[in-house]
Amino acid sequence: MTFKPISFTLNGSSKAAFATEGQNLLDFLRRAVGDLSPKYGCGQGTCGACTVMIDNVPQLACLVLAESVEGRAVNTAAGLANGPRLDPLQEAFMERFAAQCGYCTAGMLVAARALLDANPRPSREEVIEGISGNLCRCTGYEPIIDAILDVAEGRVQA
Amino acid sequence: MAIHRGRGFAAINYPIGMNLGGDPSQALVHSNPDGKFTVALSAIDLGQGMKSVCRQIAAETLGVPVEDVYVDTADSDTGPHDMGSFASRGTHRMGNAVIRASAEAREVMLEAAAEELEVDPGDLMTDGKGNIHVRGAPSRTITVMAAAQAAQFRQGRTIAGRGIFLIPLSDVDPDTGEMSPVTTFAHAAMLVTVEVCDETGEVTVTDMQSAYEVGRALNPRLVEQQLRGGAWMGMSHAAWETTEPYYPARDHGPVDFNSYIMPGPGDLAPHHISVLERPAEDGPYGGKGPGEMCANPVLPAVVNAVYDAVGVRIDELPVTPEKVLRGLRALGGAKPRQRL
Ligand code: FES
Ligand code: FES
Repeated sequence: MTFKPISFTLNGSSKAAFATEGQNLLDFLRRAVGDLSPKYGCGQGTCGACTVMIDNVPQLACLVLAESVEGRAVNTAAGLANGPRLDPLQEAFMERFAAQCGYCTAGMLVAARALLDANPRPSREEVIEGISGNLCRCTGYEPIIDAILDVAEGRVQA
Repeated sequence: MAIHRGRGFAAINYPIGMNLGGDPSQALVHSNPDGKFTVALSAIDLGQGMKSVCRQIAAETLGVPVEDVYVDTADSDTGPHDMGSFASRGTHRMGNAVIRASAEAREVMLEAAAEELEVDPGDLMTDGKGNIHVRGAPSRTITVMAAAQAAQFRQGRTIAGRGIFLIPLSDVDPDTGEMSPVTTFAHAAMLVTVEVCDETGEVTVTDMQSAYEVGRALNPRLVEQQLRGGAWMGMSHAAWETTEPYYPARDHGPVDFNSYIMPGPGDLAPHHISVLERPAEDGPYGGKGPGEMCANPVLPAVVNAVYDAVGVRIDELPVTPEKVLRGLRALGGAKPRQRL
């Protein structure tokens, strides 16, 4: 097996680790780098549990080759909180009981963060569109939509 | 083509725990020298909130702050035995086991405090804030932490408790068939509105109104999250999810999330929920637990609503467009029930 060194920025700090040939970013982040926040749901781009940001664009890590993040900035749910200070989305998810088993939560948070960064005051329809690639088995989505709108409409402060 | 609107109603009784009983849960509770308590369980929290509810129940029974209780479900190899998280049994079975274990631990805690205060344990009470004091004399007091430390380092006493909850297995009378299937039922009633397209056969749930009776809602926010998510799953089971192939051959069946379809965030129906509280006699602080029942009333209500809308009676789930169209063809077109 050939290993390839990859240098990139993860949640603001520089990182380097070895990727195996053809390894996808999800596997690389979890196994080689040790960031367990992105989750494996389907491995084929249909559930959103592995959502991360690459250069501020949300991407499905299971569909991205690890090598392609060389020199780029990757952000995951693990980087949302700033020390003890949670991202307002995390506060709002807790307040709204927007997580049950939690398997979708990291991907949902990253998708929601990407949405709000690009469009800070989305409508309900835009929120729905923003998380439509993320499956949730437990919550019925309503609490997740409400939580994101709470942040967008300023009901939750950082 | 026309869209037909229909309404359907369903009411259900839902048994709590395994039918015929015989499904024990155990809990072990012990204090640490800092006066905080650990509850060991082998039942697993799948996101329904079982840990939170058991934590509340333990704190209430022990008489200590909820922050001072830690629920450990880490390992079913080493934890006390449990049948598991299923059959909507969590709150009821585990909750009762936690009450018993906590009550036993509380007794020892009060004995330890009594020895320090040189009083009778029967004269002691807890304030729920981490203190134990003599009834009627609040100044004669000791913290739970000091009592736990005295037990540990001076008295050589274990502040711990064991709890098991078992509804014994009910035998079936061979002559009469008589048995006692369950001790506690939860209940639900659901009214849904659907729209049925008579050209595509598609069924859309547009509104849900429900009433759920769950005993005492020990944690109302967790109850609501269960009901909301569970009813969504019921809607999904009623009209979306199927492992059946869309074409006759088995290998045309869904194998991934592209073909195993569930309603997404854009397909939700507004759901108005009413929770009725009727504390259960044998429930922990009256709780039964919503459990699987959250999803169950939606399915018959949707089927009834489709019948109301177009006159097609579907008796196999889920209600797929294909089944609706076949029904419509057999009927010679939509026959809304109001016009039958
Ligand atoms: S694991 Fe990447 S989309 Fe499902
Ligand atoms: S909380 Fe379980 S999948 Fe979303």
